[in-house]
Amino acid sequence: MKIAVASGKGGTGKTMISTSLASSLAGEFPIRFLDCDVEAPNAHLFLKPEIKETLPAVILLPEITMELCTLCGICVEVCEYNALAKVGTKILVFPQLCHGCGSCTLQCPVGAITEYPRPIGTISKGVTDDNIIFGMGELTISEPMPTPIINQLKTQFHNNDVVTILDSPPGASCAVVATIHDADFVLLVTEPTPFGLHDLKQMLGVLSETDTPSGVIINRDGIGDAKVEDYLAEQSIPILMKIPYQETIAEGLAMGHLLTEIMPSYKSEFTKMFQQIIELSRQKETP
Amino acid sequence: MIIMISSQGNKLEDLADPRFGRSQWFIRYDTQDDTWQAFENQSIYQRGGAGISSSQFMMDNGVKAAISGSFGPNAHQALSAGGIEMYTFDDNQQSVQEIIKAFQTGSLNKFN
Repeated sequence: MKIAVASGKGGTGKTMISTSLASSLAGEFPIRFLDCDVEAPNAHLFLKPEIKETLPAVILLPEITMELCTLCGICVEVCEYNALAKVGTKILVFPQLCHGCGSCTLQCPVGAITEYPRPIGTISKGVTDDNIIFGMGELTISEPMPTPIINQLKTQFHNNDVVTILDSPPGASCAVVATIHDADFVLLVTEPTPFGLHDLKQMLGVLSETDTPSGVIINRDGIGDAKVEDYLAEQSIPILMKIPYQETIAEGLAMGHLLTEIMPSYKSEFTKMFQQIIELSRQKETP
Repeated sequence: MIIMISSQGNKLEDLADPRFGRSQWFIRYDTQDDTWQAFENQSIYQRGGAGISSSQFMMDNGVKAAISGSFGPNAHQALSAGGIEMYTFDDNQQSVQEIIKAFQTGSLNKFN
Protein backbone atom coordinates (compact mmCIF):
# COMPACT_ATOMS: atom_id res chain seq x y z
CA MET A 1 0.00 0.00 0.00
CA LYS A 2 1.46 3.29 -1.10
CA ILE A 3 -0.02 6.54 0.18
CA ALA A 4 1.34 9.79 -1.25
CA VAL A 5 0.76 13.03 0.60
CA ALA A 6 0.61 15.97 -1.82
CA SER A 7 -0.91 19.43 -1.85
CA GLY A 8 -0.42 21.68 -4.81
CA LYS A 9 0.14 24.76 -2.66
CA GLY A 10 3.28 24.73 -0.55
CA GLY A 11 3.11 25.12 3.23
CA THR A 12 -0.31 23.55 3.70
CA GLY A 13 0.95 20.85 6.05
CA LYS A 14 2.03 17.86 3.93
CA THR A 15 4.93 16.95 6.17
CA MET A 16 2.88 17.49 9.33
CA ILE A 17 0.28 15.03 8.01
CA SER A 18 2.65 12.45 6.53
CA THR A 19 4.91 12.23 9.59
CA SER A 20 1.98 12.01 12.02
CA LEU A 21 0.23 9.41 9.86
CA ALA A 22 3.43 7.32 9.76
CA SER A 23 3.94 7.61 13.48
CA SER A 24 0.29 6.75 14.26
CA LEU A 25 0.46 3.55 12.20
CA ALA A 26 3.96 2.54 13.28
CA GLY A 27 2.83 0.19 16.08
CA GLU A 28 0.35 -1.64 13.87
CA PHE A 29 2.00 -2.01 10.45
CA PRO A 30 5.50 -2.18 9.01
CA ILE A 31 6.01 1.38 7.72
CA ARG A 32 8.32 2.94 5.21
CA PHE A 33 8.51 6.68 5.01
CA LEU A 34 10.05 8.35 1.96
CA ASP A 35 10.75 12.07 1.93
CA CYS A 36 10.45 12.81 -1.79
CA ASP A 37 10.58 16.58 -1.32
CA VAL A 38 14.22 16.37 -2.39
CA GLU A 39 14.68 20.10 -2.87
CA ALA A 40 13.85 20.80 0.77
CA PRO A 41 13.51 17.56 2.74
CA ASN A 42 12.43 18.17 6.34
CA ALA A 43 10.52 15.08 7.53
CA HIS A 44 13.64 13.90 9.38
CA LEU A 45 13.28 16.90 11.69
CA PHE A 46 10.01 15.39 12.98
CA LEU A 47 10.56 11.64 12.73
CA LYS A 48 14.19 11.92 13.95
CA PRO A 49 15.53 8.75 12.34
CA GLU A 50 19.00 7.44 12.95
CA ILE A 51 20.64 7.73 9.49
CA LYS A 52 22.65 4.56 8.85
CA GLU A 53 23.78 5.05 5.28
CA THR A 54 24.10 7.83 2.71
CA LEU A 55 24.56 7.00 -0.97
CA PRO A 56 25.22 9.24 -3.94
CA ALA A 57 22.22 9.85 -6.22
CA VAL A 58 23.19 10.08 -9.86
CA ILE A 59 21.86 11.00 -13.25
CA LEU A 60 23.14 9.09 -16.29
CA LEU A 61 24.44 11.48 -18.93
CA PRO A 62 25.21 10.66 -22.56
CA GLU A 63 28.77 10.74 -23.81
CA ILE A 64 29.28 10.63 -27.55
CA THR A 65 32.16 8.77 -29.15
CA MET A 66 32.80 11.01 -32.15
CA GLU A 67 34.86 8.30 -33.93
CA LEU A 68 31.68 6.22 -34.19
CA CYS A 69 29.17 9.05 -34.64
CA THR A 70 27.78 9.49 -38.17
CA LEU A 71 26.16 12.88 -37.33
CA CYS A 72 22.74 11.50 -38.30
CA GLY A 73 21.14 13.75 -35.68
CA ILE A 74 18.66 11.15 -34.36
CA CYS A 75 19.82 11.75 -30.77
CA VAL A 76 19.06 15.47 -31.14
CA GLU A 77 15.60 14.72 -32.55
CA VAL A 78 14.59 12.22 -29.87
CA CYS A 79 15.70 14.41 -26.96
CA GLU A 80 12.49 15.75 -25.41
CA TYR A 81 14.47 18.30 -23.40
CA ASN A 82 16.78 19.80 -26.05
CA ALA A 83 19.82 18.65 -24.12
CA LEU A 84 21.66 17.82 -27.35
CA ALA A 85 22.54 19.92 -30.39
CA LYS A 86 24.21 19.04 -33.66
CA VAL A 87 26.79 21.69 -34.36
CA GLY A 88 28.90 21.31 -37.48
CA THR A 89 30.78 18.06 -37.00
CA LYS A 90 30.03 17.75 -33.28
CA ILE A 91 27.17 16.78 -30.99
CA LEU A 92 26.99 19.09 -27.99
CA VAL A 93 25.57 17.82 -24.67
CA PHE A 94 24.00 20.26 -22.19
CA PRO A 95 24.22 18.35 -18.89
CA GLN A 96 21.92 20.68 -16.93
CA LEU A 97 19.04 20.05 -19.34
CA CYS A 98 19.44 16.26 -19.49
CA HIS A 99 16.77 14.29 -17.59
CA GLY A 100 18.80 11.08 -17.89
CA CYS A 101 15.97 9.31 -19.74
CA GLY A 102 18.37 7.32 -21.96
CA SER A 103 16.40 7.84 -25.21
CA CYS A 104 19.45 9.06 -27.14
CA THR A 105 21.50 6.03 -26.09
CA LEU A 106 18.72 3.62 -27.06
CA GLN A 107 18.02 5.28 -30.42
CA CYS A 108 21.60 5.78 -31.62
CA PRO A 109 21.83 3.47 -34.67
CA VAL A 110 25.61 2.99 -34.42
CA GLY A 111 26.04 2.65 -30.65
CA ALA A 112 28.11 5.81 -30.38
CA ILE A 113 26.53 6.88 -27.08
CA THR A 114 27.58 5.56 -23.70
CA GLU A 115 26.32 6.78 -20.33
CA TYR A 116 28.25 7.97 -17.33
CA PRO A 117 26.92 8.79 -13.87
CA ARG A 118 26.98 12.36 -12.59
CA PRO A 119 26.22 12.85 -8.87
CA ILE A 120 23.35 15.29 -8.28
CA GLY A 121 22.55 14.61 -4.64
CA THR A 122 22.25 11.93 -1.99
CA ILE A 123 19.91 9.26 -0.72
CA SER A 124 19.91 8.62 3.03
CA LYS A 125 18.57 5.52 4.74
CA GLY A 126 17.73 5.17 8.38
CA VAL A 127 15.29 3.91 10.96
CA THR A 128 13.29 5.64 13.70
CA ASP A 129 12.83 4.60 17.35
CA ASP A 130 9.39 3.23 16.49
CA ASN A 131 10.88 1.16 13.62
CA ILE A 132 9.79 3.25 10.65
CA ILE A 133 12.18 2.56 7.79
CA PHE A 134 13.15 6.04 6.67
CA GLY A 135 14.43 7.20 3.28
CA MET A 136 15.22 10.68 2.14
CA GLY A 137 16.52 12.18 -1.08
CA GLU A 138 18.41 15.43 -1.14
CA LEU A 139 19.23 17.37 -4.29
CA THR A 140 22.52 19.25 -4.29
CA ILE A 141 21.99 23.02 -4.31
CA SER A 142 22.18 24.42 -7.89
CA GLU A 143 21.17 21.11 -9.46
CA PRO A 144 17.95 21.55 -11.44
CA MET A 145 16.62 17.98 -11.78
CA PRO A 146 14.82 16.41 -8.80
CA THR A 147 13.09 13.51 -10.60
CA PRO A 148 16.08 11.13 -10.93
CA ILE A 149 16.61 11.24 -7.15
CA ILE A 150 12.92 10.63 -6.45
CA ASN A 151 12.92 7.64 -8.83
CA GLN A 152 16.07 6.18 -7.25
CA LEU A 153 14.72 6.70 -3.75
CA LYS A 154 11.52 4.86 -4.63
CA THR A 155 13.41 2.01 -6.35
CA GLN A 156 15.76 1.57 -3.38
CA PHE A 157 12.88 1.25 -0.93
CA HIS A 158 10.44 -0.61 -3.16
CA ASN A 159 8.38 -3.09 -1.13
CA ASN A 160 4.71 -3.83 -1.79
CA ASP A 161 4.23 -5.74 1.47
CA VAL A 162 4.52 -2.73 3.74
CA VAL A 163 2.70 0.57 4.08
CA THR A 164 4.76 3.19 2.28
CA ILE A 165 4.09 6.86 2.95
CA LEU A 166 5.49 9.29 0.40
CA ASP A 167 5.91 12.92 1.37
CA SER A 168 5.58 14.74 -1.97
CA PRO A 169 7.13 18.03 -3.04
CA PRO A 170 4.69 20.94 -3.42
CA GLY A 171 3.36 21.99 -6.80
CA ALA A 172 1.94 19.87 -9.60
CA SER A 173 5.06 19.41 -11.74
CA CYS A 174 7.29 16.49 -12.80
CA ALA A 175 8.68 15.94 -9.30
CA VAL A 176 5.15 15.52 -7.92
CA VAL A 177 4.15 13.18 -10.75
CA ALA A 178 7.31 11.10 -10.14
CA THR A 179 6.29 10.81 -6.49
CA ILE A 180 2.60 9.99 -6.86
CA HIS A 181 2.20 8.20 -10.20
CA ASP A 182 2.20 4.67 -8.78
CA ALA A 183 0.53 5.48 -5.45
CA ASP A 184 -2.58 3.55 -4.42
CA PHE A 185 -4.01 6.64 -2.78
CA VAL A 186 -3.18 10.33 -2.79
CA LEU A 187 -3.92 12.31 0.32
CA LEU A 188 -4.25 15.99 -0.59
CA VAL A 189 -3.60 18.57 2.09
CA THR A 190 -5.05 22.01 1.52
CA GLU A 191 -6.11 25.12 3.38
CA PRO A 192 -9.43 26.99 3.03
CA THR A 193 -8.00 29.94 1.09
CA PRO A 194 -8.19 31.00 -2.58
CA PHE A 195 -4.55 29.90 -3.04
CA GLY A 196 -5.26 26.56 -1.41
CA LEU A 197 -8.25 25.99 -3.69
CA HIS A 198 -6.47 27.10 -6.86
CA ASP A 199 -3.54 24.74 -6.35
CA LEU A 200 -5.77 21.91 -5.11
CA LYS A 201 -7.63 22.08 -8.43
CA GLN A 202 -4.31 21.74 -10.26
CA MET A 203 -3.49 18.61 -8.27
CA LEU A 204 -6.96 17.16 -8.91
CA GLY A 205 -6.26 17.79 -12.61
CA VAL A 206 -3.07 15.73 -12.35
CA LEU A 207 -4.95 12.97 -10.52
CA SER A 208 -7.64 12.83 -13.18
CA GLU A 209 -4.85 11.81 -15.57
CA THR A 210 -3.49 9.06 -13.32
CA ASP A 211 -6.96 8.01 -12.11
CA THR A 212 -5.69 7.59 -8.54
CA PRO A 213 -8.23 7.63 -5.70
CA SER A 214 -7.83 10.62 -3.43
CA GLY A 215 -9.19 12.40 -0.40
CA VAL A 216 -8.60 15.78 1.14
CA ILE A 217 -7.46 17.06 4.51
CA ILE A 218 -8.36 20.66 5.23
CA ASN A 219 -5.68 22.12 7.46
CA ARG A 220 -5.96 25.45 9.30
CA ASP A 221 -9.72 25.05 9.21
CA GLY A 222 -11.47 28.21 10.36
CA ILE A 223 -9.38 30.68 8.37
CA GLY A 224 -10.32 31.85 4.86
CA ASP A 225 -13.68 30.89 3.39
CA ALA A 226 -15.90 27.93 2.56
CA LYS A 227 -15.04 27.70 -1.14
CA VAL A 228 -12.76 24.66 -0.79
CA GLU A 229 -15.52 22.71 0.96
CA ASP A 230 -18.15 23.84 -1.56
CA TYR A 231 -15.93 22.77 -4.42
CA LEU A 232 -15.17 19.35 -2.91
CA ALA A 233 -18.88 18.72 -2.26
CA GLU A 234 -19.65 19.68 -5.86
CA GLN A 235 -16.98 17.27 -7.15
CA SER A 236 -17.89 14.49 -4.66
CA ILE A 237 -14.35 14.34 -3.32
CA PRO A 238 -14.25 13.12 0.29
CA ILE A 239 -12.91 15.30 3.10
CA LEU A 240 -11.06 12.90 5.39
CA MET A 241 -10.10 15.26 8.18
CA LYS A 242 -10.24 18.89 9.24
CA ILE A 243 -7.55 20.30 11.47
CA PRO A 244 -8.46 23.63 13.06
CA TYR A 245 -6.06 26.53 12.99
CA GLN A 246 -4.42 26.71 16.40
CA GLU A 247 -1.29 28.47 17.51
CA THR A 248 -0.31 25.61 19.83
CA ILE A 249 0.05 23.39 16.74
CA ALA A 250 2.28 25.91 14.98
CA GLU A 251 4.40 26.35 18.10
CA GLY A 252 4.81 22.60 18.56
CA LEU A 253 5.76 22.06 14.91
CA ALA A 254 8.33 24.82 15.15
CA MET A 255 9.91 22.85 18.02
CA GLY A 256 10.09 19.74 15.80
CA HIS A 257 7.17 17.90 17.43
CA LEU A 258 4.73 15.69 15.56
CA LEU A 259 1.07 16.72 15.51
CA THR A 260 0.35 13.50 17.41
CA GLU A 261 2.82 14.57 20.10
CA ILE A 262 1.28 18.05 20.38
CA MET A 263 -2.26 16.63 20.46
CA PRO A 264 -2.19 12.87 21.18
CA SER A 265 -5.91 12.53 20.38
CA TYR A 266 -5.01 12.80 16.69
CA LYS A 267 -3.36 9.36 16.77
CA SER A 268 -6.73 7.60 16.71
CA GLU A 269 -7.98 10.08 14.08
CA PHE A 270 -5.12 9.05 11.79
CA THR A 271 -5.69 5.34 12.46
CA LYS A 272 -9.37 5.79 11.56
CA MET A 273 -8.45 7.77 8.47
CA PHE A 274 -6.13 4.97 7.34
CA GLN A 275 -9.07 2.50 7.41
CA GLN A 276 -11.08 4.98 5.35
CA ILE A 277 -8.19 5.25 2.86
CA ILE A 278 -8.08 1.46 2.48
CA GLU A 279 -11.85 1.46 1.93
CA LEU A 280 -11.67 4.24 -0.69
CA SER A 281 -8.87 2.61 -2.67
CA ARG A 282 -10.80 -0.71 -2.67
CA GLN A 283 -13.92 1.01 -4.02
CA LYS A 284 -11.86 2.39 -6.87
CA GLU A 285 -10.54 -1.09 -7.71
CA THR A 286 -14.05 -2.63 -7.94
CA PRO A 287 -16.31 -0.01 -9.51
CA MET B 1 24.94 36.60 -45.96
CA ILE B 2 22.04 34.89 -44.20
CA ILE B 3 20.96 36.58 -40.98
CA MET B 4 18.05 35.71 -38.68
CA ILE B 5 16.22 38.13 -36.42
CA SER B 6 13.87 37.26 -33.56
CA SER B 7 10.55 38.99 -34.25
CA GLN B 8 7.16 39.54 -32.65
CA GLY B 9 5.42 39.18 -36.02
CA ASN B 10 5.88 37.65 -39.44
CA LYS B 11 6.53 40.86 -41.40
CA LEU B 12 9.50 43.20 -41.71
CA GLU B 13 7.39 46.03 -40.24
CA ASP B 14 6.76 44.09 -37.02
CA LEU B 15 8.75 44.78 -33.86
CA ALA B 16 11.86 42.72 -33.27
CA ASP B 17 11.51 40.39 -30.26
CA PRO B 18 14.07 40.94 -27.48
CA ARG B 19 13.78 37.26 -26.51
CA PHE B 20 15.73 34.70 -28.52
CA GLY B 21 14.56 31.17 -27.66
CA ARG B 22 11.01 32.22 -26.84
CA SER B 23 10.45 34.73 -29.64
CA GLN B 24 7.25 34.26 -31.65
CA TRP B 25 8.85 34.39 -35.08
CA PHE B 26 12.22 34.31 -36.79
CA ILE B 27 12.82 36.37 -39.91
CA ARG B 28 15.45 34.88 -42.19
CA TYR B 29 16.97 37.59 -44.35
CA ASP B 30 19.50 37.28 -47.18
CA THR B 31 21.57 40.48 -47.36
CA GLN B 32 22.81 39.55 -50.83
CA ASP B 33 19.49 39.68 -52.68
CA ASP B 34 17.24 41.22 -49.95
CA THR B 35 14.90 38.22 -49.97
CA TRP B 36 13.32 37.17 -46.69
CA GLN B 37 11.08 34.57 -45.12
CA ALA B 38 9.28 34.30 -41.77
CA PHE B 39 9.30 31.13 -39.68
CA GLU B 40 7.09 30.54 -36.66
CA ASN B 41 9.41 29.61 -33.80
CA GLN B 42 8.56 26.02 -32.85
CA SER B 43 10.70 26.26 -29.71
CA ILE B 44 8.09 28.34 -27.87
CA TYR B 45 5.98 25.20 -27.51
CA GLN B 46 8.78 23.34 -25.74
CA ARG B 47 9.06 23.16 -21.98
CA GLY B 48 12.80 23.63 -21.85
CA GLY B 49 15.92 24.15 -23.90
CA ALA B 50 14.22 26.68 -26.20
CA GLY B 51 17.51 28.56 -26.67
CA ILE B 52 19.26 25.39 -27.79
CA SER B 53 16.55 24.28 -30.21
CA SER B 54 16.35 27.81 -31.66
CA SER B 55 20.12 27.70 -32.14
CA GLN B 56 19.74 24.34 -33.85
CA PHE B 57 17.15 25.94 -36.15
CA MET B 58 19.66 28.69 -37.07
CA MET B 59 22.35 26.10 -37.83
CA ASP B 60 20.00 23.98 -39.93
CA ASN B 61 19.07 27.06 -41.98
CA GLY B 62 22.59 28.18 -42.88
CA VAL B 63 22.45 31.33 -40.74
CA LYS B 64 25.71 33.23 -40.30
CA ALA B 65 24.50 35.89 -37.85
CA ALA B 66 21.73 35.67 -35.22
CA ILE B 67 20.18 38.93 -34.00
CA SER B 68 18.13 39.31 -30.83
CA GLY B 69 17.81 41.33 -27.60
CA SER B 70 20.09 38.92 -25.78
CA PHE B 71 21.27 35.31 -25.76
CA GLY B 72 21.18 32.92 -22.81
CA PRO B 73 24.21 30.83 -21.79
CA ASN B 74 23.02 27.66 -23.56
CA ALA B 75 22.15 29.43 -26.81
CA HIS B 76 25.46 31.26 -26.60
CA GLN B 77 27.37 28.00 -26.24
CA ALA B 78 25.49 26.33 -29.09
CA LEU B 79 25.72 29.28 -31.51
CA SER B 80 29.41 29.83 -30.74
CA ALA B 81 30.17 26.17 -31.35
CA GLY B 82 28.25 26.41 -34.64
CA GLY B 83 30.30 29.42 -35.72
CA ILE B 84 27.25 31.72 -35.82
CA GLU B 85 27.90 35.34 -34.87
CA MET B 86 25.55 36.97 -32.38
CA TYR B 87 24.40 40.59 -32.43
CA THR B 88 22.12 42.35 -29.98
CA PHE B 89 19.97 45.49 -30.05
CA ASP B 90 19.19 47.72 -27.06
CA ASP B 91 16.06 49.45 -28.35
CA ASN B 92 13.07 47.10 -28.06
CA GLN B 93 10.80 49.42 -30.05
CA GLN B 94 12.41 48.93 -33.45
CA SER B 95 11.00 47.02 -36.39
CA VAL B 96 12.81 44.09 -37.96
CA GLN B 97 13.49 46.30 -40.97
CA GLU B 98 15.19 48.94 -38.80
CA ILE B 99 17.24 46.24 -37.07
CA ILE B 100 18.39 44.90 -40.44
CA LYS B 101 19.44 48.39 -41.47
CA ALA B 102 21.31 48.80 -38.17
CA PHE B 103 23.06 45.48 -38.79
CA GLN B 104 24.09 46.54 -42.28
CA THR B 105 25.51 49.85 -41.05
CA GLY B 106 27.38 48.04 -38.28
CA SER B 107 25.57 49.74 -35.41
CA LEU B 108 24.41 46.60 -33.54
CA ASN B 109 26.39 45.26 -30.56
CA LYS B 110 28.48 42.16 -31.16
CA PHE B 111 27.66 39.61 -28.44
CA ASN B 112 30.59 37.51 -27.25
